[in-house]
Amino acid sequence: MSYLSASSQLAKSPVTGDALSDQMGQSETMRLLIIEDDRDAADYLVRAFRETGHVADHAADGEEGYAMALDGNYDVLIVDRMLPKRDGLSVIGELRDKKVETPVLILSALGQVDDRVKGLRAGGDDYLPKPYSFSELLARVEVLARRRGGRNEDTVYRVGDLELDRLSHRVTRGTEEILLQPREFRLLEYLMKHAGQVVTRTMLLENVWDYHFDPQTNVIDVHISRLRSKIDKGFSQPLLHTIRGAGYMVRDGAR
Amino acid sequence: MGALGKLFRTTAFKLTLVYLTVFVLFAVFLLGYFAFNTQRLFIEQVTEAVNVEVTRLTEQFNAGGIRRLTLIVESRSRRPGSSLYLVTSPGGDGLAGNVGSLPTGVLDTPGWTETVYRRIEEGETSELHRALVRVSQLPGGFKLLVGRDLEERDRLYKVVLDAGKWSAAAVIFLGLIGGFFVARRVLRRVDAMTETTRTIMGGDLSERLPVGSSGDELDRLASNLNEMLDRIEALMGGLKEVSDNIAHDLKTPLTRMRIRAEEALRNSRSEADYRAALETTLDESDSLIRTFNALLMIARAEAGQARGNMVEFDAAEAAHSIGELYEPLAEEQGLTLEVVAPEGVKVYGNRELISQALANLVDNAIKYAAPVAKADGKPSEVLVTARAEGDHLLLSVSDRGPGIPEADRSRAVERFVRLEQSRSVPGSGLGLSLTAAVAHLHGGELRLEDNAPGLRATLVLPRFGPQPQTHPDRREAVQAPGRQ
Repeated sequence: MSYLSASSQLAKSPVTGDALSDQMGQSETMRLLIIEDDRDAADYLVRAFRETGHVADHAADGEEGYAMALDGNYDVLIVDRMLPKRDGLSVIGELRDKKVETPVLILSALGQVDDRVKGLRAGGDDYLPKPYSFSELLARVEVLARRRGGRNEDTVYRVGDLELDRLSHRVTRGTEEILLQPREFRLLEYLMKHAGQVVTRTMLLENVWDYHFDPQTNVIDVHISRLRSKIDKGFSQPLLHTIRGAGYMVRDGAR
Repeated sequence: MGALGKLFRTTAFKLTLVYLTVFVLFAVFLLGYFAFNTQRLFIEQVTEAVNVEVTRLTEQFNAGGIRRLTLIVESRSRRPGSSLYLVTSPGGDGLAGNVGSLPTGVLDTPGWTETVYRRIEEGETSELHRALVRVSQLPGGFKLLVGRDLEERDRLYKVVLDAGKWSAAAVIFLGLIGGFFVARRVLRRVDAMTETTRTIMGGDLSERLPVGSSGDELDRLASNLNEMLDRIEALMGGLKEVSDNIAHDLKTPLTRMRIRAEEALRNSRSEADYRAALETTLDESDSLIRTFNALLMIARAEAGQARGNMVEFDAAEAAHSIGELYEPLAEEQGLTLEVVAPEGVKVYGNRELISQALANLVDNAIKYAAPVAKADGKPSEVLVTARAEGDHLLLSVSDRGPGIPEADRSRAVERFVRLEQSRSVPGSGLGLSLTAAVAHLHGGELRLEDNAPGLRATLVLPRFGPQPQTHPDRREAVQAPGRQ
């Protein structure tokens, strides 16, 4: 498949059926509410989430979405920013005022940094500019749902025989200590915090480097392969996996 | 009436009317003043002359009695242009004089009276004249009346009034005509300008307003507007060029995508074929989105919309951070990446955008230097530096790639321009223009210089934020200083 290697530098690889089933296999069922006025986009999302084993409801405007979010017990709300009757940010603001702390992911055609900041300030937990890929959305929603569970605040993360101590900044695999650069440590920390979940390149860039722009070249891949050579090289069981078309995942055990 | 109505509504015509009114009022005042004073003078002369005569005649009466008086009065009465005289007996009969009839009672009131009269030779039906007379009582019951005709004064009044009427009429007439012509002249020029602007608004930007040779305020306005039009035309031209480029660079991948899809529909046999075609389509759409985002960012940066997010931050830290992000990539590409940035170089700006601009420069440096390093078989260095120089922060990225020939440097930052040598390297062709746009947003510039060999790209940013200034012309600001 030569075209893939030719284009792999240019763009993130596309979603494939394999990748989706990879992602799906790892997660628990989530209850999602999609507040989006574009009927086609919403239908596609509902279908795609169902195919990946989740429950997704749909609200077509701000009022309906607000009422449903208030009543229903959802794990994550996916809210479009521009909605009829009531705009997305005010829905989120009102929910937060009513002490509804369900994580919210904002979808928006406005993708600049200041728009993003505005969205997060209004009470959103994550912000994804349109057009987005479903794998990116799924990965982010899963991270949000997991966060709600309040897990992963441990001081030591363990995946298989890999151990990361967040206080002493020590990383060991089996009995062997692995020396990491500070940034490599933060990269691994983020991956292990979300062990078993797909983490996309954009998520890594945002959370580990705090950049919200799109570097022309896929610099993240090189960082990952460096990290991989430190934690996986010489071990029979690889822990850092590439999920084709989506991102990366730290996971114990064979696929 | 429409055209005339338009004429009457012009400023020039309204001003004419105002001036005309003021002028007429002034003329009326002047004439009135003149008439009043002349009349006063006339009356003074009349009274003086009459007084003198009364005194003389009284003296004659005192010396020679009534006989002598009547003789003198008779002789004086016959002189042409003489005063008015009347001497009456105590019984009221006229003894001498040239006054024929008087209203009753005039003779009974001594002193000055303005009255009407007829001359003695005039008939009962002839017109009455106006006169100012003095009646004096003489010893023995005789009465002496001396006066002057006032026709002269009335004629003067009439002359002044006529002069006033006619000159006012002439002034108003000439003023209106003048106003009409001035207004029409101004209106014509304004109409010509309006006509031209309509053509321009209709889309013909090459049209220019007519400029006269008088250098008056309308000419100045017209030439200023023409300069504005020059600027707009240049900007529109630039915009058109840009949109043509955008159309080209977005249409090319769109066409490619469409062809692939079509071909897949026609030729694909297996699911794998379809899958492969779809994956390629996704790749291409991703790269389109990327191009689109970059364009939006440039547009926003150029429109100055990101000014709100500026803070003071450590530029050295930002440089190290970008260096750290790209270092593994550089190493993988057979290059070394070094960051030289002393701590505590602060700059006021948008950290995210400046980081992105720097990332673009580093990305470019790696892209272009890598093939050269590979060909040489030894690693070359990409150097990122941050340093303060006066009021400016200099963020520069130097590489040992092929560089950009001096003649091409100003073109290199234009949108979508990809110099010949860069065609083989993937990229949207927007990196440098995005970087230049970020520099301008901060009131700085992007300099491209010779690194002998290679390219040194330097972001020059004011350390204390953008200073208020007029928009620097994009091309001027990015012009690379010549280095021989």
